[in-house]
Amino acid sequence: MKVLVPVKRVIDYNIKPRVKADGTGVETAGVKMSMNPFDEIAVEEAVRLKEKGVATEIVVVSIGEAKSQDTLRTAMAMGADRSILVETDSVTEPLAVAKVLKALVDKEKPDLVILGKQAIDDDMNATGQMLAGLLGWPQGTFASKVELHDGKATVTREIDGGLQTVELALPAIVTADLRLNEPRYASLPNIMKARKKPMEKITPADVGVDMTPRLSIVSVAEPTGRKAGIKVGSAAELVAKLRNEAKVI
Amino acid sequence: MSENPREIMEFDVVIIGGGPSGLAAAIRLRQLAPDTSVCLIEKGSEIGAHILSGAVVEPRALDELLPHWRKTGAPLNTPVSEEHMLYLTPTRGYRIPILDRVMPHMRNHGNYIASLGEVCRWLGAQAEEMGVEIYPGFAGAEVLTENGRVMGVATGDMGVGRDGKPGDNYAPGMELRAKYTIFAEGCRGSLTKQVMEMYNLRKGVDPQTYGLGIKELWEVPAELHRPGLVQHSFGWPLDDRTYGGAWMYHFGENLVSYGFVVGLDYPNTWLSPFDEMQRVKLHPSFRPYFEGGRRLSYGGRALSEGGLQSIPRLTFPGGMLVGDTAGFLNVPKIKGTHTAMKSGMLAAEAVAEAFLTNRVEPGSYTRRIRESWLWDELRGVRNIRPAFARFGMKGGALYSGIDAMLLRGRAPWTLHTRHADNETLEPASISPKIDYPKPDGKVTFDKLSSVFLSNTNHEEDQPVHLKVRSTSMWKTVNWDVFRSPESRYCPAGVYEVVDEQAAPALQINSQNCVHCKTCDIKDPTQNIDWVTPEGAGGPNYPGGM
Repeated sequence: MKVLVPVKRVIDYNIKPRVKADGTGVETAGVKMSMNPFDEIAVEEAVRLKEKGVATEIVVVSIGEAKSQDTLRTAMAMGADRSILVETDSVTEPLAVAKVLKALVDKEKPDLVILGKQAIDDDMNATGQMLAGLLGWPQGTFASKVELHDGKATVTREIDGGLQTVELALPAIVTADLRLNEPRYASLPNIMKARKKPMEKITPADVGVDMTPRLSIVSVAEPTGRKAGIKVGSAAELVAKLRNEAKVI
Repeated sequence: MSENPREIMEFDVVIIGGGPSGLAAAIRLRQLAPDTSVCLIEKGSEIGAHILSGAVVEPRALDELLPHWRKTGAPLNTPVSEEHMLYLTPTRGYRIPILDRVMPHMRNHGNYIASLGEVCRWLGAQAEEMGVEIYPGFAGAEVLTENGRVMGVATGDMGVGRDGKPGDNYAPGMELRAKYTIFAEGCRGSLTKQVMEMYNLRKGVDPQTYGLGIKELWEVPAELHRPGLVQHSFGWPLDDRTYGGAWMYHFGENLVSYGFVVGLDYPNTWLSPFDEMQRVKLHPSFRPYFEGGRRLSYGGRALSEGGLQSIPRLTFPGGMLVGDTAGFLNVPKIKGTHTAMKSGMLAAEAVAEAFLTNRVEPGSYTRRIRESWLWDELRGVRNIRPAFARFGMKGGALYSGIDAMLLRGRAPWTLHTRHADNETLEPASISPKIDYPKPDGKVTFDKLSSVFLSNTNHEEDQPVHLKVRSTSMWKTVNWDVFRSPESRYCPAGVYEVVDEQAAPALQINSQNCVHCKTCDIKDPTQNIDWVTPEGAGGPNYPGGM
C-alpha cells in the first residue's frame, strides 16, 4: 500500500511571527523555517504504518519555494522513501495546492493520503477537504487515531465535545490532529542517509495547475495588546465593574 | 544509555560550531583540499540561530577568504559612516573626539554594520555549495579520544527524559570520527573546556576573562534612522571599577542594534547587567532613537576579553581551537569576527598541511597564528583591557591613550590578568545596592518579556543542562555571602530564588537559557557547569540579530 504525505514549509513554531512594518504580511526573511508540525504528525503516522507492515511505500510532496527541499529531506530522514518537490515562488493557496495534489494522486495512485489538518502559518484548514472533494474520496479529518483493515480505514475524529469514529473505504483522505501521535526525531544518521534518497523536482505547470492567487490580502495586523489588570476591593466593586465598564453581565 | 550502540560516521575533519570561525575553517579546507570530507555540526536549530554580536565587521579576513564577497550577495550592506565615542554622566553625554584620534583601533572606516547571524547563514550557504556537510540541530556532547588523541565528537542523545531515562522518541547520539577535530564553539565552549583540561592547554597563560553582551534589535521610525551611525558609550551607569559600555548601530532597513557589555570581573554582587542595559536606553544620548520604535528581538552572549595573555595552547593531538573559544577577540576594537575567521582559515591551512605530512598534532597552526596579522593586532592592544582591570575606567582610558599614542602598542611591558572572573565578586554585605528603574514597557522592559523575543525553547522533558554541583555550596556561598548573583547576571531569568524568607533555594528555569555561558564563568565557586542541552534547543535569533 502506498501512502502520500504532503508537507509544508512554514515559520518554525518556536518563532514569534512579526508583522512587516508596512502591514503587507508576516516577515519571513532570515526567519527559521521548518515542517508544519501537523505535517510532521502525518509523516510519523505514515512511517508507523510502514513499520507495522501495512504501508509499503511513503511518498512525500511539498509545494513551495526551492528551500522546501529541506522539509522533504526532514520527512525522508523520519522514514519517507522518496519525495517530490513542486517548485513555485507563488503564494500557495489551498485550492491550487489541492489541484496539484490531485494531479499527483492521479499519477502516483496512493491508497491513502495523510495531511496535517492545517498549516500553522495561514491556519486555513482546507487543503485536505478540497483534495477529497476534487478526488471524490471519503475523508476523515482531525484524526486522533487511524486503523487500517480490509481495504477500510477506521478514523477517530476530534470533534466539538467528544470523539467521532468513522469508517472510510480506501482510497481515502485523512488529516492529522495533534493527538494522533508524537513524531520522532530525525536522527543524525537518518538525516545523512536521507541525503541519498530520491527527490523529483517538477513545477505546477508540469501538472497543468495555475497557481495565480484567487484571494487578496487586505491587511495584516498584530493582535492588540492586553490591557493591564486591576485589583478590586470587594465583590460588589467587581460586579459593578463587570456590569458598567466591561459590560459583560 | 550506552546499551544502544551509537552509529559511527568517519570524516577527514569535523568542526564543532557554525559561527564565523568554524565556517571559515570549513570553506578554507575545501578551497585547499577539495577532496577533504568536512562535517560541521551546530547546536542551534539552524546556522545563525545562536549567533549574537553587535556587529561592526571588519572585512579583512573575508577579503582573504572569499575575495568576491561583494558580488556574491554577502549581507554586509551598511558601511560605517559616522562614529561617536561618548562619555556619559547621569544626564549628559560628552563626545570625546580625542579618543577617536588616540585610539586608532577604534576607527571603523571601511567596516560594515551587519547582522552576524545573517553573515553566518550566508557563509553556511557558501560552505554547503563547496561540499561541506552541515548538520544544524546537533550538539557536540562528548569528546572522543583514543590513545591520547582526539578522534572526533559524539552528538548528544535525543529524547532523554528529565529523569535521565530514554523516552518513547529516544534517539541515541552519533559518533562523528575524524582525523582532525576543530573546536569552534565560541566563547567558553563546553567541549573546549574538557579538551583544555585533558591536555592542560591553559598551563602558563593568564586566566581568561570575559564580558557579557546583552543585545536588543529595534526597528525605529525612518526619520530617526541614520544608516551607518556607530555610537559607543562608557562612564555612567557603571562605577569606575566596572568595565563596560553601550553600543548603538544603525543599519539595514530602519534597524538599530543596541546593546551593553559588562566586564565579568565586576565586583558588585548587586549589579545586574540586564538592568544596566535597560537603563542606558533612558539616557538622553540614547532615548530619542527608541521613542516610537519597536523592539524586535533580544539576546545575550559572553565574549572573551583576556586577549593575547590568555590564549591557551592552541593544538593537541588530533585537533585545535579556533575563534573565540580560543579567545581571539580584540577587546579595544570590540571585534572578534575578523580574528575568528582568520584563525579558522589558518587552522584549515595547518590541517591541510598535517594531512600531507601525516602529523598527529596540527602544530603548524600555532606558528601560522604567530606569523599572521591576527597576532600583531592582538599584541598591539594586549595591555589595554588589563589596564582597565588594574587602574579602573578612568585610569584605564588614560593608560590606553598613552599606550596607543606614545607607545603605539609597543610598550616593553605586558600587564597580566591576576584574577579569574569568578574570584572578583565582593560580599553582598559590603557591596552598594543598586536601585534600578522599573521598566516602562515602551523603551525599557522586564527580563521575561525580553527572553520571549529571543524565540528560546528547549524540549521540556530533558535533563537540566545547567548542572549545579553542590546545592549546599549554593546556600553557603551564593546565598549567604553573595545573595544569589546568578539571579542578576543571567540575562534570561534562568536562576530564581524561591522561598527567600524561610528556606531560600535555587530554582533553575533551564528552558529560558539563551546559551550565553555567563553562569559557567561567573559563579563564585565554579559550582555551575553548562553542558549542551538536546540539539536545536536555545534561542532562535531572527534575521537582523
